[in-house]
Amino acid sequence: MIKGNFIDNLPKVYGIYTGGFLAFIIIMSIAEQMGMTAKTIGICFVAFTVAIYAIIGYLSRTAQADAYYVAGRQVPTVFNGMATAADWMSGASFVAMAGGIYFKGYGYMALLVGWTGGYVLVASLLAPYLRKFGCYTVPDFIGTRYGGNLSRFMAVVVLTVASFTYVTAQINATGTIASVALDIPFQYAVYVGLISILLCSMLGGMRGVTWTQVAQYIVLIIAYLLPVFWISNKMGAGFFPHFMLADEVSRIAELEAQFGFVKNSAENLKEVPKGLAGITKAHSAVNATPWAFISLALAMMMGTASLPHVMMRYFTTPSVKAARKSVGWSLFFIFLLYSSAPMLATLSKLSLIDPSLPTGIIGKSIAEVQSIDWYQNWNQANLMFVSDFNGNGTLELNEFFMGGKAVVLATPEIAGLPYVISGLVAAGGMAAAMSTADGLILAIANAISHDVYYKIIDPKAETAKRLVVARVLLVVIGFAGATIAALEIQGILGSVIWAFDFAMSGLFFPLVLGVWWKRANKEGAIAGMFLGLVSGAAYLVWVRTGGSGFLGITQLTFGIFGSAVSLVSMVVVSLMTQAPNAATQKMVDEVRVPAGKSILGKQH
Amino acid sequence: MSKQEQHWEKSKGLLMMTLAIWFVFSIGIFLFGAEMNEVTGPFGYPLTYWFTCQGSLGIFVLLIFWFANRQEKIDEEFGFSERGDD
Repeated sequence: MIKGNFIDNLPKVYGIYTGGFLAFIIIMSIAEQMGMTAKTIGICFVAFTVAIYAIIGYLSRTAQADAYYVAGRQVPTVFNGMATAADWMSGASFVAMAGGIYFKGYGYMALLVGWTGGYVLVASLLAPYLRKFGCYTVPDFIGTRYGGNLSRFMAVVVLTVASFTYVTAQINATGTIASVALDIPFQYAVYVGLISILLCSMLGGMRGVTWTQVAQYIVLIIAYLLPVFWISNKMGAGFFPHFMLADEVSRIAELEAQFGFVKNSAENLKEVPKGLAGITKAHSAVNATPWAFISLALAMMMGTASLPHVMMRYFTTPSVKAARKSVGWSLFFIFLLYSSAPMLATLSKLSLIDPSLPTGIIGKSIAEVQSIDWYQNWNQANLMFVSDFNGNGTLELNEFFMGGKAVVLATPEIAGLPYVISGLVAAGGMAAAMSTADGLILAIANAISHDVYYKIIDPKAETAKRLVVARVLLVVIGFAGATIAALEIQGILGSVIWAFDFAMSGLFFPLVLGVWWKRANKEGAIAGMFLGLVSGAAYLVWVRTGGSGFLGITQLTFGIFGSAVSLVSMVVVSLMTQAPNAATQKMVDEVRVPAGKSILGKQH
Repeated sequence: MSKQEQHWEKSKGLLMMTLAIWFVFSIGIFLFGAEMNEVTGPFGYPLTYWFTCQGSLGIFVLLIFWFANRQEKIDEEFGFSERGDD
């Protein structure tokens, strides 16, 4: 069936894979009809998909440095786009985004704009130039452009701080999904998730991660879009929700006006289980100040352009031209999911609050709601809660509470879809969290093994030894992340946003000015990375410990402060010290031209 | 001006144009979010709401492809494009 080179056959291979996955969904739904239990279906979905990823990971094993670090630089644009989209869309995007939109409305939508707009910066300011550079890792660029071990090491530090903050959240998400789907305690599920993650990346490095991420993208996008379209059709809201939900959106606004947002007393709120929230913000009205919206969007955009696990995906394309196009494809594949999340939030909210729909619960008697099957299930899972605060016996809008994850996880069941869809959603969430975790762990392990071990500690190490070090680090970092995740310190979304702020504080300007400002030098870059990271972190600690903050910069946007400090210190220190030498200036000139050899050789 | 300098001048021009469009749809329009939301946008959604759900996101996708094509043309014009295809 498959002849010749793997790369030439990619469309065929992934076409067969997609067909196989759809066939698997159909087999599962037949099995459900024949009486397979919900729990077995959940286990089958997660086990089947993870087994496929592990097989891809095994088939991608390699002993070559350029295959391990940059997938041999032969990933075609469209496939690299899919891999980047999976790398990018985390467990948070998949499970929590629709919930965030559901509860916070406009103020939260800044994240959608920020997490997509950042790719314009990636495409125009950085990705093609870093591809031309020919580096293996992001610190590799910093270390070669500015020179010196200290600048390289600082870049590794920033990368590690940002990516590690992010990865614990992802391992946490894989653990959450594994514990629900496989019905095992969270503390063990975290390690099951970790082992699944390592199976993808251990043997093949970037090559293994690339081809599993493409497979994971296909699973996660099917798992997200299928329920959205199905629910929309079932509710009679429109066969293509994205273009047809205007009536539903205005109906929600109408109901909000009718019910009003009644504020609950602190005493009443004490009854509500931790992590659950009520609907307190308008769905489609503008409910945040311009600066609150813009500052959050801006922080996410600059953070996007500084996160190394995204940037390194563009090192794997065959050419500079392909790197640019590939950024466009990445954003297209991300757009498919991001533009569907608000639609899911709309459908979910309307189906719950509209008394004229059979699924609507507002206005029903409390006893009636408490006897609904799905309410009991999700109440037991600690994701839904009702209480009759005013004692009138009927459920009001302010008496209904839900967890953010429930929007994605529970809406299919509320709308009356078969359980097979819930199994599919679990597999999709697992794919989203695993693919991001893989990219992040690999980014950290590669930076430490290539930049710290090979470039600084032992430049004479042979390839075989380098790759052993890289793999050992992969396992160590994975276990460290899982151990911290098992402690459950921060919620999934909080730490994801912090990672963007850390990355932009330390890396945005050193990366951008490295290409766009020839006068930027080593001293400036070191000052920019160090002071940016330290001031950003200090601001976070200050706000977290009760500081008032200034200029409306919150703990979610502290990167704006950090990166401003980074920019000023980098420019001032660069101008106060000597200009970079002629060789460095020439190197920057060459980076700006796509043609010709890359700065760093194929094997370095 | 050398060929390389001219190429870089043109590339910088394209960057500025790209960033200007990016600025309008990621930051500029949201200065007037409340006012714009009174207007009915595409498919009948409130306009600002539509931009946050689909509009800005879709424009970014198109903008990147447009930028990539324009940059390729500039590279070809100066003979700096890579041989082989993608």
